[in-house]
Amino acid sequence: MSEATDLIGERRAVISGVGQSDIGRRLFRDPLELTIDACLAAIEDAGLTTADIDGLSTYPGATGPNGFSGGGITDVHDALRLNVNWFTGGLEYPGQLGAVINACLAVSAGLCKHVLVWRSVYEGSAQGSGGRAAVMPGGGSTTTSFKASGFMQWLLPFSAPSAATWIAMYAQRHFHEYGTTREQLGQIAVNSRKNAALNPKGIYRDPMSLDDYLAARMISTPLCLYDCDVPCDGGTAVIVSRVDTIPDLRKPPIKVEAVAAATHGRPSWDQYDDLASMPAQDAGKELWKRTDLKPSDVDCAQMYDGFSFITVAWLEGMGFCKKGEAGPFLEGGQRIALDGELPLNTNGGQLSSGRLHGFGFIHEACVQLWGEGGDRQVPNNPEVAVACSGGGPMASTLLLTQGR
Amino acid sequence: MRFDLPSPDNDTQEFWDGARDHRLLIQRCGACGDAFFYPRPFCPKCWSEDVTTEEASGDAILYTWSVVHVNDLPPFHERVPYVAAIVDLVDGPRMMTNVVDCEHDDLAVGMALRVSYRELTPEVTVPVFVPA
Repeated sequence: MSEATDLIGERRAVISGVGQSDIGRRLFRDPLELTIDACLAAIEDAGLTTADIDGLSTYPGATGPNGFSGGGITDVHDALRLNVNWFTGGLEYPGQLGAVINACLAVSAGLCKHVLVWRSVYEGSAQGSGGRAAVMPGGGSTTTSFKASGFMQWLLPFSAPSAATWIAMYAQRHFHEYGTTREQLGQIAVNSRKNAALNPKGIYRDPMSLDDYLAARMISTPLCLYDCDVPCDGGTAVIVSRVDTIPDLRKPPIKVEAVAAATHGRPSWDQYDDLASMPAQDAGKELWKRTDLKPSDVDCAQMYDGFSFITVAWLEGMGFCKKGEAGPFLEGGQRIALDGELPLNTNGGQLSSGRLHGFGFIHEACVQLWGEGGDRQVPNNPEVAVACSGGGPMASTLLLTQGR
Repeated sequence: MRFDLPSPDNDTQEFWDGARDHRLLIQRCGACGDAFFYPRPFCPKCWSEDVTTEEASGDAILYTWSVVHVNDLPPFHERVPYVAAIVDLVDGPRMMTNVVDCEHDDLAVGMALRVSYRELTPEVTVPVFVPA
């Protein structure tokens, strides 16, 4: 640890409750209702009421294309009739969990006591049968014109319109530099499918073998269908509370040991120098400066898998293996299994349990530390977990510990 | 409806005009000598406004690529499979582009490439790359 302890302000924050709405491929329910379901579940889980909530934080706020956000700050503020002393919501965050980190900093600064933090999506319903065009800006119309402006003019005219293709190129570079193979990468998808089968809210729960993975159709080489997460509908919420409120809470909260949100270098999908590693390596490096814990102390890892290769970058960036060695680390899949040395994405991740967009990872980290994982509970009472969100130029991570 | 056309702005119109004339334009700082991309009115290294536009050599090295087999957005769905690529220009800057006229099995990180041009519309041409 290189920071003085009194500068690690996030330790004045705890996570007191988590909640989730129904999760499904296409629910066709009102998006704000899903959001509110998740928020109320989290408030109840913490043993609080709406009267206790005095802060709000969300990603990305009421913005973005159809399906991207099930409710912004004003929507939730008004729907729950809250009195808030502090709030923030936005898109320019270091990954989705930047909203949770902001909440930690707000309670640490004494601006509020209990922050309701959420992320909700309805991309499954929004896409309907219209595919991705239906959720692009200007999409869903055959007459509206679309012109790529800003940084998108350096991507779309070059037929690289999709994160699938950007991340696929990073994976290809990793394969080249370090000899990583599809068989190794495939363990992430196979492991997630096993875990989703044990999660009542999992979306794809049928067994999938490595052979099934290898036989799947290519999307953007070297990524196949099962390397891509699945759009879904659902909301997730967490309550971030100030440490001096612990006596008011229903159960011992999860402690925030350290957070990090670094991007060193150009904040860009194509201009970052070391695209095979992404800024996950910057966030990971900064995180371990803020704690005496070590990667070997972590009992389960919940790390972003919008595409399986992003998890590879997180495995290395967080120091669970050396840079370039995620392939051998994943070989055979035993290390990342529920009973392995580093149980990974124990709820099925976004690959098999839906693109809850970052917040599924912190929800699952808390569930595991509380011992509430049911059939998918990590054995031997896990005490330390990480939640990581973001890919490409965005990276945020939280190191969490049992509070009891 | 198509999703592949750019909307140039004051800083980028020159690049797109150049591409239409089959010239790959980058910018260079007169104060520190740094070549950079994307175009902007000041140097992102020393913030000098002494910026000139120059034609890149057109030579590049393949940094990475992906063969795109699925994309449901028009007009990309009509182009699959195609090769999306990130290349390092020998002049310095890196850019997203396509590799064309190359067997997929022949693609290799580090391979030498040469700029070429593909017309999307009478107004818009994009720089792409072929094996050198």
